Order: sequence, then C-alpha cells, then structure tokens
Amino acid sequence: MSTATLSNASGEQTSASRGLETFYYDNSIVRMFLIATTIFGVVGMTVGLLVACQFVWPELNFGLQYTTFGRIRPLHTNAVIFAFVGNGIFAGVYYSLQRLCKARMFSDLLSKIHFWGWQTIILAAAITLPLGFTSGKEYAELEWPIDIAIALIWVVFGINMFGTILKRRERHLYVAIWFFIATFVTVAMLHIVNSFELPISFMKSYSWYAGVQDALVQWWYGHNAVAFFLTTPYLGLMYYFIPKAANRPVYSYRLSIIHFWALIFIYIWAGPHHLLYNSLPNWAQSLGTVFSIMLIAPSWGGMLNGLLTLRGAWDRVREDPILKFMVVAVTCYGMATFEGPLLSLKNFNAVAHFTDWIVAHVHVGGLGWNGFLTFAMLYYLIPRLYGTQLFSKKLANVHFWIGTMGIIFYALPMYWAGFVQSLMWKQFAPEGTLVYSNFLETVTQIMPMYMLRAFGGLLYLSGALVMVYNLMKTAQSGSFINETKAEAAPLTKNYKPDRSEHWHRRIFEWKPITLLVWSLVAVAIGGVIEIVPTFLVKSNVPTITSVKPYTPLELNGRDIYVREGCYTCHSQMVRPFRSETERYGEYAKAGEFVYDHPFQWGSKRTGPDLLRVGGKYPDSWHYYHMLDPTSMSPGSIMPPYPWLFEQDWDKGSTPAKIEAMQTLGVPYAEGYAHQAVADAENQARSIADNLASQGIKVVPDKEIIALIAYLQRVGTDINNLEVTENDR
Amino acid sequence: MLKFIKHHMETIMGIEIFPLISLIIFFVFFVGLTIYVIKADKRRIDEISKIPLDLNTDNNELS
Repeated sequence: MSTATLSNASGEQTSASRGLETFYYDNSIVRMFLIATTIFGVVGMTVGLLVACQFVWPELNFGLQYTTFGRIRPLHTNAVIFAFVGNGIFAGVYYSLQRLCKARMFSDLLSKIHFWGWQTIILAAAITLPLGFTSGKEYAELEWPIDIAIALIWVVFGINMFGTILKRRERHLYVAIWFFIATFVTVAMLHIVNSFELPISFMKSYSWYAGVQDALVQWWYGHNAVAFFLTTPYLGLMYYFIPKAANRPVYSYRLSIIHFWALIFIYIWAGPHHLLYNSLPNWAQSLGTVFSIMLIAPSWGGMLNGLLTLRGAWDRVREDPILKFMVVAVTCYGMATFEGPLLSLKNFNAVAHFTDWIVAHVHVGGLGWNGFLTFAMLYYLIPRLYGTQLFSKKLANVHFWIGTMGIIFYALPMYWAGFVQSLMWKQFAPEGTLVYSNFLETVTQIMPMYMLRAFGGLLYLSGALVMVYNLMKTAQSGSFINETKAEAAPLTKNYKPDRSEHWHRRIFEWKPITLLVWSLVAVAIGGVIEIVPTFLVKSNVPTITSVKPYTPLELNGRDIYVREGCYTCHSQMVRPFRSETERYGEYAKAGEFVYDHPFQWGSKRTGPDLLRVGGKYPDSWHYYHMLDPTSMSPGSIMPPYPWLFEQDWDKGSTPAKIEAMQTLGVPYAEGYAHQAVADAENQARSIADNLASQGIKVVPDKEIIALIAYLQRVGTDINNLEVTENDR
Repeated sequence: MLKFIKHHMETIMGIEIFPLISLIIFFVFFVGLTIYVIKADKRRIDEISKIPLDLNTDNNELS
C-alpha cells in the first residue's frame, strides 16, 4: 500500500479550506512488537518457572555455572521486565499513539531501528547474564556496553515518538500520551544516573557510587523503574485500551489529569522505602515512607478511574474475555499499590523485608497488572490487525481462568511463606535465645510453599501458551492489514490559543515539549532532594576509621561474589533488631560500605545474611560448602559451585581493578597497582597453606581461594573499631 | 573550580529552604490544577475524553 499520501506538517493548509488528508497507520511495527512481547513473555515465564523449581529441586541448577540460580534469576527479571513488558509497551504505544495523534509514526526507519535495536539488546542480555557479566545491581545488571546501547535505542524511541506528536492532526494531547512522555523522559533520567560506572575492560565495570550512595541511587532507580517502566506506560495503555474495549470514554477525564501530575510527582520520592532499617540516613527513610503513603491517592484514583470506565458495561465483562483480563489487571494494580504503601511502613517492613512477601507483592503487580493487561491488549489487537474475529473465545476464557488461578497459586503461598519465615526468624525462647537459630530450619519449613508457587507459575505459563495457540489460529484465519487508511484535517499553522482557554490547556495539553520539560522538572525535584544531600552532606555517611579497602585478592573474590549473583539470595545488611544482632552479629553501619563498588546489600534472604560471615567459619568450611553446600548444611537448597575449583582468579586485570578503584576514590597507596598481583599471590598462598594444614590440597590460583579471602573479610573491619566519628 | 560545587552543601545550614520551596511550588501547582479541573468546561472535557473512541471523525478504521 502506498504511503505517498502521507503529508508533512509543512503541508498543512489553513483551517478555512478544512480539507481532509488521507494517511495510513503503520500496523506492521505494531505486529512486530506484539510478536516479540509474546515470544519473550513465554521465554521469561519459562525461565521464571525454572528458577522457581530450583528452590524445590536444586539439581535443576544442573551443576553448570551458566544455569545456576544466581545468574538465571537476573535473566528472568530482565526478560520479563525489559523484553516482555518492554515490547508490550512499545506495541501499545506504536498502536495508540498513531491513532491518538491521527498521524503515521514519524519515521518507519526509526521504528525499525528501535525494534531491531531493542531485540539485539535483549539477545545480548540473554547471552551475557548467564555468562556472568553483571554489574551486580538489581534490575540494572547489564554491563556498560549494553547500557550505552539501551540509552541510544531509548533516544531513537523518543525521537520517533516526539516526531509523531509534532506532526499530529489532533491538537489535544490525550492523557495516554502524557503518560508516554513521562515514561520516556523519566526512564532516560533513571537509566543514565544509575548506570554511571567505570569500565575496566569490555564487559566489566565498577559502579561509580559506593555503599550507601550506591544503594540510594540503585533503589531510586529500582523503585522508579517499577513506576515508570511497569506502571506509567501501562496506565497510558489503560487510558487508551479500556475505553476502546468498553467502547465508552474514560470515567473521569478530570481525574486523569490529577492522576497524572500527582503520580509522577510523588512516585519519584518513594525509593528509600526499599531501604528501611538499612544503613541509610533516617531522614531519607522517613521521606520514602511519607511519600509512599501519599502515593495511595493517585494510584487508587487511577485504578478507580479505570474500573469505573466499565460502569454500565458490567454485563459485557461477563461475556468479553478482554474486559475480564482488564478488570483483573486493574484490580491487581489496586492491590499492589495499596500493599506497597503498607510495606513502606516501618512496622510492616520489619516483617516483610527480605522475605517471600515481597516476591508475592511484585508478582501480583507483574502477573496481574502487566501480564493481564498485555494479554488483554493482544486479544484486542491481533484480531483487528488481521481483520478477523478471535479464533476461540472459549480458549481465551480458559486462559483467563488458568491465569487467574496461576496468580492465586503463586501469590498466596508466597505470602504464607513470607509470614512464616519472618516469624521464625524473630521467635525467641523464654530464656532469650533464638528458637530457630539454624537459618536452614526456616527454609525447609516453607518448602511446600515453594512447590505450590512453582505450580502457580506452571498454571500461568500454560495459560500463556493457550493464548499463543489461540492468537496463531486467529492470525491464520485472517490476513494481515499492513496499513490502515485514515483521514483527518491537518492542524492549522500558527494557531494562537484563545485567551479564554485555560492555562493548563495552553501550557501543557497542546505543547508536548513543554509537557516533557515540566514532567522532567516534576520527577527531578524528588530525585535531587533525596540524592544530592546524601552525596554532599558528609555527616550523612559517618566514617569509621577501622574500615580499610579490600586487598587485591579480596577484591577479586568480591568480583566473583558479584558475578555469581550471591546477592539474589543473601543480604549483607544486618538490621538493628535484636533478632538479627542475635543471629548474625553487630548491625550494619553506613560507614562500613564506603569502599563497596557496587553495594551488595541484597533484597531477599533465601539464605542467611552474610555481612558478619567473615571469620565465622574456618576456611575449610567455606571450601567444602562451596563444593557441596549440603555437606556442611544438610538440607541446604544452595547450588554447588564446582567451577570455582577449576577456574583461576583474574590476575591479568588486577592492576586495572586497583587503578579503577583509585579513580573512584578508594585510598590505595600511589602506585599500589604494580605490587597488587604479588600481594594477592602472597595472600592466596597463605590461604592455600592454611587449607593444606586442614588436609585440603588446592592450587592458590583457583577462584575459590579469592572467594574465601573475600568471605573471611566481609564485615570484619568493625571488630577493629576503637574510634568512630559522628557515629549515630 | 570544582571546589565551589563540591563543598556547596557540606553543612546543613540554610538547607531548610529547599523542602519549603518545593512544598510551596507543588502546593500552588496542585491547587491551581484542582481549580482548573473543577472549573473546566464540561463539553470540552467530554469531547477530549472521546478522542480514543474516534467518534467525531470520518475515520474508516475497523473497530
């Protein structure tokens, strides 16, 4: 079909003639992203099912480094967030934006670059994460070359989106577009700020920030990735597709205006609620809590706006699987955004943090809100793009029910597991000792819940496969409509808004660039007020004189710890509770982490906290434990790490690592890089000698030696503590 | 040069004004927004909210 009739904004005529222009919506790019979201949805969920099964059957780690939980779990989260939801966002945006702007996408070439660029990034992630290339920061694991590629492709998306908006034929920017604009600008800001890292080689870098600052930036990013990647674009899609599917306008457009501004302003401040009771300045924790509570208002305003759009159409919800998916999606959004603020209260957080409760919480959002809204969008779009009817409404209903049961079977056992484990962690006997002093008891107790969770995941995945079959049959029964013809009058040039028009309309609703700038201002204020003082006000991170930089061997060991994704199961953050100091030792201080690039506090304890593991066990314990965890902890579900006993730690880049750390402000003596390898070899030899004295023969060059060096050092500097400055 | 930036907020002196300014900015903004939303012309709002439905154009797209 020809696109020659596509007219350019410059060809606009005066309003007097009122001539309609004919143009064509590009459906092929929408289809490409729809196929991608479907494929990566299935892939991401399958990997999720695998990691869920690894909890129950550790043999499923396959004894291979590439398939072990610590590397595969980031693959699951990245696949689901950036590949499944990411492609879902782009599919929805490319479909709705063209129609809301009454214009074809700005550039077909940019659309294609965007699509193939994004899929290449996903491929790179799928290869590098199992290989162990990771920056060690949750939900931002990809290494620096991929980070740069993400930024570039994101800009391509932005140019394409704004180009389309600028040549639109509908003066008013519908609220969905505002959400798309805020998504674009905020994700760009988050990604760039969080990804500051110093490369030491191709595919290896250190985070620019250390310790508390790294944690604050990371969770400012992590929280707002949820806000601006998983929420705002999907709210935009909600504001477009629910009215479309229900064939009635949104319940209250007025409410959507307030929803937009309140949500983007408040969301950005709430990041520190991921770090309650952690070594973060108290004012930052309180700020996170207050704004999280405030967040209920816009979140629920938006949810109700979505649900009430269906008022008077509830009879159709019974009939129409698309509306069913949408109702459950929006309801799950409501549940997750009510639960989120609750979890931000310190008393709730004290129970929930580090447990499976959080896993349940994110999956209500992920499976319910993002998953079901994506499915609804697929069921809505595929028949329309192929000019046909859905192959089987019955199968769509089957999918709906299996999927809903999947969410329930996933979430309920995880809530149960979270409560049970947390209560067991905190249970004291009358004589003042921990009842479950062996951490493993609290894990074996919840194994049935892990089994049920895997079953829930299996149900959900099965539902998705039913959908794939249904959609493929649908596509076969129709023929793809490459372009859709549409007609609209062009916008008048040099349009001067009437003075009677309101300021909000004149400033924002007709001016996309102004809207972009002010969205950025709204989100930047929260970030600046949170982050800048932590960097610049010295008293926020009290220094501890006895905390010294890692030795070169320990640094290599730490890199192995990061590479293997130990943080996915182990925290390094003892909170100031009696139950934790009793179990692990002294609670964590902000000043202990000043040389940690990146920080490794973790967010989930499938295994015990490791901050005070240094010196707790002999070297030989770690040796046997890493070789076969069950030999030291019978019943452990930790996978074995046999390759650490075969591979050599990285001597070659050790000087570069030391120099990089110096650049980042770690006070190694000048020129220390030259003697770093010799020092590391000496330390490795002494550990190997120590192991030999316990009857273990091992070459000092093996990775296990470096890892033992690190594990024996973690959190021990504070023992040498005599004087602290400003310690609170 | 950098020292002017680096040492700018080493003390907490005078920093109280930051949250105050941001509170005032956003209080004013949200009050203005609420007034606008309440006072907005009902017909225009209805028209805008129907943009996705595309009822008021000659669009011949399948729906």
